[in-house]
Amino acid sequence: MNGIQAPTIEYGALAPMLVIFGAAVIGVLVEAFAPRYLRKSIHVPLTLLSTAGAFVLVIFQVISGVPTTAAAMGAVAVDGPALFFWGVILVLSFVSVLLVIDDEHFVASAAAVPGSAAEEEAEISGGAHTEVYPLILFAVGGMLLFASSNDLLVMFVGLEVMSLPLYLLCGLARRRRLLSQEASMKYFLLGAFSSAFFLYGMAFVYGFAGSVDLSKINDALGTVGGLDTVLLIGLGLLGVGLLFKIGAAPFQAWKPDVYQGAPTPVTALMASGTLVAAFGAVLRVFWVALGNLDWDWRPVMWGVAILTMIVGAVLAITQTDIKRMLAYSSIAHAGFLLIGVIATSPDAEGNATSLSAIMFYLLVYGITTVGAFAVVTMVRDAGGEATHLSRWAGLGRRSPMLAGVFAFFLLAFAGIPLTSGFFGKYAVFAAAVANGATPLVVVGVVSSAIAAFFYVRVIVLMFFSEPAADGPTIAVPTAATAAVITLAAAVTVVLGVFPQPVLDLADKAASALFIR
Amino acid sequence: MPWLTILMAVPVVGAVLVALTPKGNDKLAKQLTLAVSVVVLALTIAMAVQFSPKGDRFQFVETYEWIPRFGVHYGVGVDGIALVLIALSAVLVPIVVLASWHDADAPSAKRSVKTYFALLLVLEAMMIGVFAATDIFLFYVFFEAMLIPMYFMIGSYGGAQRSYAAVKFLLYSLFGGLLMLVAVIGLYVVAGKNTFMFPELIGAIQDPTTQKWLFAGFFFAFAVKAPLWPFHTWLPDAAAQAPAGAAVLLVGVLDKVGTYGMLRFCLELFPDASKFFTPLVIVLSVVGIIYGAIVAIGQTDMKRLIAYTSISHFGFIALGVFAMTNDAGAGATLYMVNHGFSTGALFLIAGFLIARRGSPHIEDYGGVQKVTPKLAGVFLIAGLSGLALPGLSSFVSEFMVLIGTAERYMVPAIISASGVVLAAIYILWMYQRVAGGPTAEPVKEFKDLNGRELWVVAPLIALIIGLGFYPKPLLDVINPAVDHTLVSVQVEKFTPAIAEKGAGQ
Repeated sequence: MNGIQAPTIEYGALAPMLVIFGAAVIGVLVEAFAPRYLRKSIHVPLTLLSTAGAFVLVIFQVISGVPTTAAAMGAVAVDGPALFFWGVILVLSFVSVLLVIDDEHFVASAAAVPGSAAEEEAEISGGAHTEVYPLILFAVGGMLLFASSNDLLVMFVGLEVMSLPLYLLCGLARRRRLLSQEASMKYFLLGAFSSAFFLYGMAFVYGFAGSVDLSKINDALGTVGGLDTVLLIGLGLLGVGLLFKIGAAPFQAWKPDVYQGAPTPVTALMASGTLVAAFGAVLRVFWVALGNLDWDWRPVMWGVAILTMIVGAVLAITQTDIKRMLAYSSIAHAGFLLIGVIATSPDAEGNATSLSAIMFYLLVYGITTVGAFAVVTMVRDAGGEATHLSRWAGLGRRSPMLAGVFAFFLLAFAGIPLTSGFFGKYAVFAAAVANGATPLVVVGVVSSAIAAFFYVRVIVLMFFSEPAADGPTIAVPTAATAAVITLAAAVTVVLGVFPQPVLDLADKAASALFIR
Repeated sequence: MPWLTILMAVPVVGAVLVALTPKGNDKLAKQLTLAVSVVVLALTIAMAVQFSPKGDRFQFVETYEWIPRFGVHYGVGVDGIALVLIALSAVLVPIVVLASWHDADAPSAKRSVKTYFALLLVLEAMMIGVFAATDIFLFYVFFEAMLIPMYFMIGSYGGAQRSYAAVKFLLYSLFGGLLMLVAVIGLYVVAGKNTFMFPELIGAIQDPTTQKWLFAGFFFAFAVKAPLWPFHTWLPDAAAQAPAGAAVLLVGVLDKVGTYGMLRFCLELFPDASKFFTPLVIVLSVVGIIYGAIVAIGQTDMKRLIAYTSISHFGFIALGVFAMTNDAGAGATLYMVNHGFSTGALFLIAGFLIARRGSPHIEDYGGVQKVTPKLAGVFLIAGLSGLALPGLSSFVSEFMVLIGTAERYMVPAIISASGVVLAAIYILWMYQRVAGGPTAEPVKEFKDLNGRELWVVAPLIALIIGLGFYPKPLLDVINPAVDHTLVSVQVEKFTPAIAEKGAGQ
């Protein structure tokens, strides 16, 4: 009898994640050893190839058959939904990285005091923080882990690996340094609080169930008695930590500040990839671990979802900065997605419908979001991006193509038919009605109508207003930025007309639900 | 031959071509648009003559799976009601193109002319699609998507308050549409048939409470769209600010989608709920008839006045739809078509006047009749059709609606009939102030209708007079479709007691 059993690691199943983390580590080594002038030319292909490679590995796994048991001793669940989330996160990261390539967005020397001589010097000498590439890779790796963890402890690790690089990245904007640093600080402080909540909640849940394994927590719900208070406190605290990450009200306060202050490519990554990963985690905790507790969390979630939709839609109306407006729009969309999370049903088929709807929504929303932020990066004036809405007046006159594409993205956010956003919303709403959450859907459409107002307001500004005399210039897009915008617009159109193939894919991924 | 798909594809392809015409060559874009719209009209006529009123209910049917995951089909087909409305759209578009020849370039030359005409063609494709759709989801898609081209037409090419009007138009319609979306989803889920095909969903909802909720969702959207009182406030703004051509399509066709939806979807899908809500709808309609007419009398802006007359007319149409008698239903359908022609003519002629004087205010005119007799003459004919003078087309339909309503609801019919009197006041008073009286100084320089304008007005006047004397071809097509609808609603056919006695003797 040898007392210790060696743990098994399914390297094949975990390969996409390992590739990303491996590339991130190589990126750190490049930072340490490669000469300054070579770094970027190593980082860019490394980052792009590793995300693309990881995506190919995900495809391989989908083709060769999805594992039916959790990998790495039950720590990571590589199941259908996880693979779908991975694929989406990797695609979104790839396109976000394409935006990062444009040096214009990142500060020359983050440590220099804003406005000081040192900063100017760094700028003139062409300094650049090539660390952003490994940081992004770590964040992406964290997202992958966060969305697929099968155990609260691993989920926490994923959460931190995802968040810490993002805190840093937020502070690296080239222009409006103070705003960027403020964003970074706020995000870090609030993020740290929410992580603490999550950790504390995890401790309570462990106290109740005697395990941090999601499926064992689920089992314990049926067997352990008399500790309900502990469980409910744990549930509440976990919920706070997770809802913070998706930016649900009343934990949404960080989103506008951070989205506004962060370099726009990083905002694009956060608004798309992080949201996908966070929803993956939310679904795992609430459906897998606490699925049988839905009588307890459902009423709270109803409140949160309604509040999130209304807060996002109403506060967006008062915004005057395009990035802040998109942040509030992202809050409203998180609310729509929460409708899907609430739409559970007693039978597996109903759950699969909701899950597939959420996954489809995340995909289409993520792509459109990256496209929209890509457009934001192109509208510039002397001080960098012209994000104040008044500067966008008459853009449609000056640059009809760009404004037209942006208007199209906005219509997709608003959920107008013949855009992908419509089918995303439709899928979630239909699943919710089928699972008895019709009142939520009514709130959802009402807030959609409110949200439509501020999307349309931007269109009015771009197309129906006279252009300002000293309006912003439209930067000539780099090939990468142009590619991102083209891709996002194409996906938004194609999925707006023929969503069936992707819906099939999402259905297939969702059919077996999460493995336990 | 996939007639309906071709009808939709031709304007879309045309729109792309128009958008691709070289910059600066506006004339080519306009000519191309006109050619495309004439081709669509020719195709529509070719299709319409093949329609057999005694044949299947839906003809020229095409059904393909579109999104099987949601049970959505690309399903199109027309019955008599849809056919006449498609024909209405196809007739109006070339006329609007001709009438809008200079709308996009004159004062705001900075705006792209070809975009305006491309949007017009896209809108035409969607107007045809919305009436042709036999899949409720497809109908919804067109219902919402058609807002976007109209929104840009009002917002980019309209009057001084254009962006306010455009946003108001879009948000009202969108809000109604979104509530309808909930009902659409609900219908799909409750019916549990995994399809959105309209013919299969007739009678699928039996539970009375469910029917009422779903009816409410659909009806609200249609009532905003039509618009019925008290959901009408967007229409005067939108119609007054839109360029005249767009206003014609907005009031003449887009708003018909609302009344068409009531007749097609509300009545047939939710017959019990429709009967339950009939008193409410009739009250709204009657209030709308009287209110629209009275407010119209008080207007000082010609386009707003015409918009308010339309609210009154939509009251008649909704009344006819919900009276649920064969006469009223057929009358309402015929009214949708006639209203499109007569109000279209009024808007366009008002547009000609405004283009000459540069002001929509009635007080700025006077004595037009003496300076430009032709212009004043067609204005009068279009106006008289608006007030339903016998011999002009609207009379037939208004009379049928009133007769049909009186069979069941005598009091509302009598009250509504007073709307006819009020109509005489608002039309004739407007005509008197614009065309009669001493000639205003600026009016003296008016030129009479030129060749292009004559071509715009002549077909409309011909249709108004022709259909006034001989509406039979349209009624032949409409009647079986309306009968069919009422069979689904399961109202027993109303036979006047006196006639029956006569038959018994």
